[in-house]
Amino acid sequence: MDTMRDRFAPVMTRLLDEDPRVAVVLAEIGRDGFAEAARRHPDRVVNVGIREQLLIGAGAGLALTGMRPVLHTFGSFLVERPFEQIKLDLGHQDAGAVLVSGLGSYDWPAGGFTHMAPGDVALLDTLDGWTVHVPGHPDEAETLLRHAVGAGDDKVYVRLSAQTNTEARPVEGPGFRTVRRGGPGVVVAVGPMLTPVLDATAQLDVTVLYATTVRPFDGEALRRAAGVAGTDVVLVEPYLAGTSTAAANDALAGVPHRVLGLGVARRELRRYGTMAEHIAAHGLDPRGLRERITRFLGGTGTAEG
Amino acid sequence: MNTDTAQAHPRGHAELPRLMGLMTGDEKHGPAATSTLDVLWVLYDRVLRISPERADDPERDRFLLSKGHGPMAYYAVLAAKGFLPADLLPGFGSWDSPLGHHPDRTLLPGVEIGSGSLGHGLPIAVGEALGLRAQGRTEPAVWVLAGDAELDEGSNHEALDLAGHAALDRLHLVVVDNASATHARPGGLAARLDAAGWSVLTVDGHDHEALHAAFTHPHPGRPHAVVARTRAKNA
Repeated sequence: MDTMRDRFAPVMTRLLDEDPRVAVVLAEIGRDGFAEAARRHPDRVVNVGIREQLLIGAGAGLALTGMRPVLHTFGSFLVERPFEQIKLDLGHQDAGAVLVSGLGSYDWPAGGFTHMAPGDVALLDTLDGWTVHVPGHPDEAETLLRHAVGAGDDKVYVRLSAQTNTEARPVEGPGFRTVRRGGPGVVVAVGPMLTPVLDATAQLDVTVLYATTVRPFDGEALRRAAGVAGTDVVLVEPYLAGTSTAAANDALAGVPHRVLGLGVARRELRRYGTMAEHIAAHGLDPRGLRERITRFLGGTGTAEG
Repeated sequence: MNTDTAQAHPRGHAELPRLMGLMTGDEKHGPAATSTLDVLWVLYDRVLRISPERADDPERDRFLLSKGHGPMAYYAVLAAKGFLPADLLPGFGSWDSPLGHHPDRTLLPGVEIGSGSLGHGLPIAVGEALGLRAQGRTEPAVWVLAGDAELDEGSNHEALDLAGHAALDRLHLVVVDNASATHARPGGLAARLDAAGWSVLTVDGHDHEALHAAFTHPHPGRPHAVVARTRAKNA
């Protein structure tokens, strides 16, 4: 199966053809996929070289002239390295853009920690007004890329990963979808965490919600689910553990509740290896998830990441 | 602010000290503010094709004050040119005022960017020049005012290189050079700009005729930089 990033250039090439407002800005990463688009739209496909501050700053300038910029590189260099440009050139200037990242938290473990960005969503959480899409399948990535580009002048982050669910789900809107009804207990699976969550909870009587848009956080869907299945909530995110714990707590502020935030640990593993090994090391494989979810719902769990 | 009812009358160069005095409370001003005053005046009086009525015109020139520190000269020139009423100036920096010690584009019509953190104006201006080109708008010029010390920030150098390579000939940079950069070498700034493919002129930053000549100097196929030498910051 192709990957989410395999879809990025073809989708953007079509959007460049369809909408004269769209501009793609690259910082070397992914440029080969845009060779044909650059021939057709030489002024709207810009490779700034290995210059990530300029990637964001020039994107903001494009937006200020009325364009819809789509900015792409690996998450480490898209969100972490030029973070002040995201805060000021986009946020403070009130300019919109679509940021599309690759590699996620552990997609290229042999490349080491420099190419891992588990903190990207948490960083964007310090800023106002960001929509964050975390597709779980290449088909969903394609749909969400189109939604992001079509979202007026909004600030939108699309987090593409190599980790993929076994099947695509329809993406109809920004709300969480109910994948399984049960209880007591609500498990929210974000993006590519759905397949491992469904495997992990196959023998458990829990409600499973699926989120491909995690900001804004669909607190209403969580309250609805908790109203039926009880207020023990587990969040399973493919980035820093606990990133959405505050949002879940806010959604359930009116009722006594418990939240377990599962995701990528802060501590560096300092291991290379494969994505599967890293997922397991963070306890995000079905076995690790099953143990921690079972312990938490049994009432003896703690929120360790 | 309410520009519909407030008074906004164009004023001349001679009134700038009084307008600045409305913000500082006396006739003495911070060095960062006065080092930019002549450059700002010549640009707004004779070069930029902008006016309060054209603040949202897509065909307008863009002026980006990247060096947002000491914006009194900027506000004084904007007031003199009718972008804001002079009676806003005494409120400089207060809760109810749109005039901060660093400007905010969302609070003040005619201000193209909010600045204060150094090294953001030129990268944004590169994007604006790219965006205008992509839309076939060949007339509008984009101008950035930066300080020589501001060019210590590496983000500027990312932008300089791309602008030269992309031949952004509607992009203009004025470096107000008051010799405040740390670790600068004599002539290094102009050499750096030239190496990046820019047209570069160095002039006396207080000589209005020399500034005007430099600002309007032809630079086909290249972005254009004017290094405006001003009196040292403690002078």
